[in-house]
Amino acid sequence: MPTLNLLQAVNDALRLEMRRDSNVVVLGEDVGKFGGVFRATAGLYEEFGPDRVIDTPLAEGGIIGTAIGMALYGLKPVPEIQFSDFIYPAFDQIVSELSKMRYRSGGQYTAPVVIRTPYGGGIKGGLYHSQSPEALFIHQAGLKVVSPSNPYDAKGLLLSCLRQNDPVLFFEPKRVYRAAKGEVPEGDYEVPLGKCAVLREGTDVTVITYGAMVHEASIAVDQLAEAGTSCELIDLRTLWPLDIEGITASAHKTGRVVIVHEAPRTCGFGAEISALLQERCFTSLCAPIRRVTGFDTPFPYTLDEEYLPLAPRIRRGIEETVSYEA
Amino acid sequence: MISPAVSRANGKHHGKAKGRAARPKPKAPALRAVKPGGLSNAQLLEVYRAMMRIRVLDDRMITLQRQGRVGFYGACTGQEAATIASGYALRPGDWVFQALREQGVALMRGLPLVPLIAQVFGNSGDLTKGRQMPSHPASRAVNHVSWSSVIGTQLPHAVGVAWAAKLKGHDTVAMAFLGDGATSSNDFHVAMNFAGVFKVPVVFVCQNNHWSISVPTKNQTASESIAVKATAYGMPGVKVDGNDVEAVYAAVSDAVSRARAGQGATLVECETYRMGAHSTSDDPTRYRDQNEVEEWKKRDPIQRAFKRLQSLGAWDAQRDEELRAELLEEVNAAIKAAEALPAPALDTLFDDVYEHETWNLAEQRAELKAASR
Ligand SMILES: Cc1ncc(C[n+]2csc(CCOP(=O)(O)OP(=O)(O)O)c2C)c(N)n1
Repeated sequence: MPTLNLLQAVNDALRLEMRRDSNVVVLGEDVGKFGGVFRATAGLYEEFGPDRVIDTPLAEGGIIGTAIGMALYGLKPVPEIQFSDFIYPAFDQIVSELSKMRYRSGGQYTAPVVIRTPYGGGIKGGLYHSQSPEALFIHQAGLKVVSPSNPYDAKGLLLSCLRQNDPVLFFEPKRVYRAAKGEVPEGDYEVPLGKCAVLREGTDVTVITYGAMVHEASIAVDQLAEAGTSCELIDLRTLWPLDIEGITASAHKTGRVVIVHEAPRTCGFGAEISALLQERCFTSLCAPIRRVTGFDTPFPYTLDEEYLPLAPRIRRGIEETVSYEA
Repeated sequence: MISPAVSRANGKHHGKAKGRAARPKPKAPALRAVKPGGLSNAQLLEVYRAMMRIRVLDDRMITLQRQGRVGFYGACTGQEAATIASGYALRPGDWVFQALREQGVALMRGLPLVPLIAQVFGNSGDLTKGRQMPSHPASRAVNHVSWSSVIGTQLPHAVGVAWAAKLKGHDTVAMAFLGDGATSSNDFHVAMNFAGVFKVPVVFVCQNNHWSISVPTKNQTASESIAVKATAYGMPGVKVDGNDVEAVYAAVSDAVSRARAGQGATLVECETYRMGAHSTSDDPTRYRDQNEVEEWKKRDPIQRAFKRLQSLGAWDAQRDEELRAELLEEVNAAIKAAEALPAPALDTLFDDVYEHETWNLAEQRAELKAASR
């Protein structure tokens, strides 16, 4: 099995699906000849030509708005938003149009667009090349939200997204675009949506995370294992629809939960997960549910590593949760 | 006959003449070259009938709203020629993106009256399951796409549909309606720009009805016209007397033919007038002069079409009375049938959010059922 990084796995999935389904088209800024600023679409223009790998004008609202029309007509558009920080010009099209097309037409029309976009910190990108806006989209009825942490999942999840009929926001953790490497099967396979992955089983505490922070949480969990703390590490993979059974089962088992994400804490996805677990696992919980997250500030350029919930902060959060006594 | 009303904007003809005093303002080429109207008497009558049908429907719906039987309504009144003659230029396989006032196009293209009126009532006869405000119909059967209320957002969708048709090698044309207010939206800009760059088979029909609720068109744009904006996007712009059925049809069918022939997009500006209120929630006496309304009523597109048909010897007052009575009867019967239908079933509240129901919706469905027991 070849070893790929996360970017190569995304590229592999796109190529595979474009060969299989002639309705798949890729569009966005610099995705054509250049192959994308991160190279996620490299080589696709050469293989599939300018009608299926389309360099668009610089207008995210136009990219998503026209992709909606393409999907209405039966194509499977896969627009790339160059950085998720630049998704806001398309926010209206995503929120008012994309998410609601099926509902408002009484099921007559659907727009199953799969929006790919790199997100999160770690590339010294300052305020506008680092944000994690996933919660804004989870809040919209009608959208699915996915974020892989590793190459195997990236390919399998993207293939699943391309083969279902709802609109998806596919958030790619750019901090680990190249750093996350792993074996990826050459052929076709799917990773099901709505199923989390238990990366490590444990009994003392559940650590729930996704995207690039899976790698930071792994470091923290490894260190704590040496110190004798047994952590259960969960990679959500699909943020919405959330694998509610997977996370409640784990919370019941351990009775202690730490949620980790890069996005700001207030109204972040961790708040929703915390509320859900509190509603469902109240009597099993032995400690307050803890959130280890980005801070409620804009994303800083110089102090970016301090802003991010990296392994040391995660470890401290876990330790405090494990040692909590009522 | 109609020529003064029709002008074409393109790069060559719309440089401001001011400041270059020596040069005379170039004459806009008359679109009449296309051939007058291009509608036979029978076709003109068909268009007239569809215009009259929407007028009768609109009048009844506004009455029903006043009686408290429907919640809201956005009428086409005064804009029937621009609306219907545009839609008439399409083939059945073409796609339509309406704004607030163009449900008459769906009606003309085969959406039956009862589901259309059921949409206004928002009940179980509504194809969209009572989910949107009135005047927001959608029908897949006639390629009439759901509109959101958010001004301008449908325009890039029309471009995307046209683009997809082009990529698939189909000869489908997409038509998108918009008001003058919508030309200020960011989606107007991106739609025009993408349509120009990718040369897609889309026709933008702007109904310049002089008002965007209370804001006059001069407060939307400093351009000398809306049609002239097309120049900046590398496509033809045409301004036409929107209350003249034949002029609208000539301009729009020309644009549709260009689109179908692979020559790309066109912006058609129909100069018309919103004779009634913006919607049933509006009181236009607070912001516009009644004299202006009276002036435009003299140019009522339905009266004008009637006179034209009369002059062609194809119609008369007697038959007109009969038609009006027949349509009123048809509309009243449809209202009766539609109003009798029950509200959408409770369960439909949770349908169609996703293709397959998610766990949270299943729980919330159960919660609502338990609470309403
Ligand atoms: C984005 C957005 N802003 C504001 C509104 C409220 N609104 C509804 S209709 C309208 C005016 C639309 O004017 P125009 O585009 O000229 O169309 P008309 O109603 O005259 O046909 C406004 C401001 C809206 N629906 N959407």
